[in-house]
Amino acid sequence: MAKVTASAPPKQSFSFSDQKTRGQIYQFITIALLIWFVWWIIDNTATNMRDQNIEFGFKFLNTQAGFGIIQSLIDYSEESSYGRVFFVGLLNTLVVAFIGCLLATILGFIVGVGRLSSNWVVKKISTIYVETLRNIPLLLQIFFWYHAVLKPLASPRDAHKLGDELWISLTNNGFLIPKPVPESGFGIVFIAFLLGIVATILLSRWAKKRQMETGQTFPVIWTSLALIIGVPFLVYLVMGGPLTMQPGEMGKFRPVNGLGLNIIPELMALLFALVAYTAAFIAEIVRAGIQAVSHGQTEAAHALGLRQGPTLRLVIIPQALRVIIPPLTSQYLNLTKNSSLATAIAYPDLVATFAGTVLNQTGKAVEIIMMTMAVYLTISLITSIFMNWYNAKAALVER
Amino acid sequence: MNDKNNLNEIGVISNIKLPDLDPPANTVGVIGWVRTNLFSGPLNTILTLAALALLVLVIPPILNWTLFDAVWSGGSDACRENPNAACWTFASSWWEFFLYGFYDKSERWRIDLVLWALYVGIAFIVVDDETRAQRPTSSVLAFIIAIMTGVFVSLLIRHGAPTMWMFAGGLLTVGLILWAWGLPNGRSRIGMILLFGFPVFAYFLLGGGVLGLSEVPTSDWGGFSLTLVIAITGIVASLPLGILLALGRRSEMPVLRLLSTLFIEFWRGVPLITVLFMASFMLPLFMPKGVNFDQLIRALIGVSLFSSAYMAEVVRGGLQAIPKGQYEGAQSLGLSYWKMMGLVIMPQALKIVIPGIVSTFIGLFKDTTLVLIIGLLDFLNSVQTATTNPEWSIKSVPYTGYVFVAIVFWVHCFGMAKYSHNLEQKLHTGHKR
Repeated sequence: MAKVTASAPPKQSFSFSDQKTRGQIYQFITIALLIWFVWWIIDNTATNMRDQNIEFGFKFLNTQAGFGIIQSLIDYSEESSYGRVFFVGLLNTLVVAFIGCLLATILGFIVGVGRLSSNWVVKKISTIYVETLRNIPLLLQIFFWYHAVLKPLASPRDAHKLGDELWISLTNNGFLIPKPVPESGFGIVFIAFLLGIVATILLSRWAKKRQMETGQTFPVIWTSLALIIGVPFLVYLVMGGPLTMQPGEMGKFRPVNGLGLNIIPELMALLFALVAYTAAFIAEIVRAGIQAVSHGQTEAAHALGLRQGPTLRLVIIPQALRVIIPPLTSQYLNLTKNSSLATAIAYPDLVATFAGTVLNQTGKAVEIIMMTMAVYLTISLITSIFMNWYNAKAALVER
Repeated sequence: MNDKNNLNEIGVISNIKLPDLDPPANTVGVIGWVRTNLFSGPLNTILTLAALALLVLVIPPILNWTLFDAVWSGGSDACRENPNAACWTFASSWWEFFLYGFYDKSERWRIDLVLWALYVGIAFIVVDDETRAQRPTSSVLAFIIAIMTGVFVSLLIRHGAPTMWMFAGGLLTVGLILWAWGLPNGRSRIGMILLFGFPVFAYFLLGGGVLGLSEVPTSDWGGFSLTLVIAITGIVASLPLGILLALGRRSEMPVLRLLSTLFIEFWRGVPLITVLFMASFMLPLFMPKGVNFDQLIRALIGVSLFSSAYMAEVVRGGLQAIPKGQYEGAQSLGLSYWKMMGLVIMPQALKIVIPGIVSTFIGLFKDTTLVLIIGLLDFLNSVQTATTNPEWSIKSVPYTGYVFVAIVFWVHCFGMAKYSHNLEQKLHTGHKR
């Protein structure tokens, strides 16, 4: 056996067997390949676009669009520009996403709690709901609501006579409800509402501080309900009800535009499907979150003398929310992205109007798809920033 | 001791054990179950009654519509006479279109052969050794395979498959699977064959152009077989790509890490439709002149890239759950990076994330329906196309079509979810809390 002698540490020189050096070489090769690949694609695209006489640029956004959109939150007409179409579509996407998230959360929490109910029937119904809806493609559900449920409804012409006042009407033209029209003085009611919210925030701070100092509790929930709903309602009555409900009116073929509030069937079908589908996933998240809080927490809270209500509010829910919120946020993001399926039933969202109609009219594929993707990327970026912030805030502070 | 003696002296305590009294009648049996589970309090009673009322209101119409009043035989006239119930003859008149799309009628046996291989392989994977030892499931397996063979052979005959191909394909499928089955780790071998060998086999058989098979252009592909083609391609491509991306994102090389992260977050941040639009409109622009993909290949590229990003995040979750000691242990044994990953880390990480992987598969399978937006004739699109046929413009037909598609998707997705749940239970070799 040869004697092993301690040798000096290897000299720091270039050697391919050194892991660091190899890593740097790999990275260098990767960057070089990437640059070549990107250049290749840009070069191909430029050549192809030149051959097909397509110019790259965003000037088309100022061109007149020349097509109508059945639902827009901002002023829009056929004379508006393609840039305007972008914003109309974006707002329509955000409307679906917002209402959808709200309703899906409510339904999801109900079903999720139902799955943990001690009531056997409720538990089974909730389980069947979840297992059925999340295993059926969303697009199919949208089609079902649109083509099989809402479109076969009677047409407005068959359902109503010319000049009928329409207080509530469900036809294949949509769901028509009276439109609230604020009159002079409604601004004051609105201000009272805002003041109520501010007062509630201040009140809950004060109540928390007082409870910390003296141990006395204050019925914050009831007071804030009175402040946010009761006071504005009183103001509303005092002002003599400055809000009228304007019913729709039946025109020659369909209800007159602008009278009454018409929810188009595309929006309804999309919302029904998105809410029902996403709620099934949210229900599972809620169930997992509640089950993640061990039963010992409940027992400990009871041992400290907390009643059922405060146990839930102060012990269980805060801990369950820590588990629930991150996946819940990603479900909101999924819902927002899934709302792009609107294009299949021609609900005028961002993808259907901008990446659909405008793309077909102008042929500016690269610019339009880049802009559309950028919108969704921004939304996900904002969501993940929120999620990181929340995770940092809610993370367990350990020793 | 003293106490006991005293007690004996007093002698008031009987030393004969009296028989136990039965529990109160209203806490056991059916009544007890109903009391504890349905009527344990006023709120629960109200809930139960409300739920039962809902069921009474909803279930009879559904059953009547789908089963009792439904039209099971005859043509479109039978459905026209009874428009308020399911028209199942719609599905039975159109099933060939739903399954094969516009695939050449005389060549449909090729799809039958591929489906046969696929479903037999799946049956072998799902029915495993352990349950076979506990229960006589080997006979279940034989039963499943016999049924499938019966179904697919009759289909093959119906579509006039050349006898040579029928025997060669059947023997190859069953023989290969039986061979792998007998080996140790047979099921994972079958899994590997299904994952990597089967797509090649299916590609050449479906596309044709080799071994004297006529070429079938992908524009003729359609129906449920097209849905399976897209889903399986997505699954097969996304798993290895996702693993590589996950490794890249956990790599110590900053450039690789950054690129993988950007790639993953980009695809996860955009909806699949925009990806499909991009694949459909922009991909042709990216390619040099003369290189042209057909619509199906474009969709496949889009779906694969999209799902590989999701797969990467699932795999990364598994990698993060492996304790550092495992890496250090592997390194101290002198394993290289790839050996460490392949032999020590990945087997553990993938095992942890099986539920995540399967739910990504399920999501991918459901998402294949989106390809109809870029004009491919997938399962949903084929059914939708059939409902617009003037002969079948009956009120109940769209409902029936959608319910039919929903049932088919539900069976596949629910089956995958159940299987992953079972696998998770079985692979959970650690300590359960």
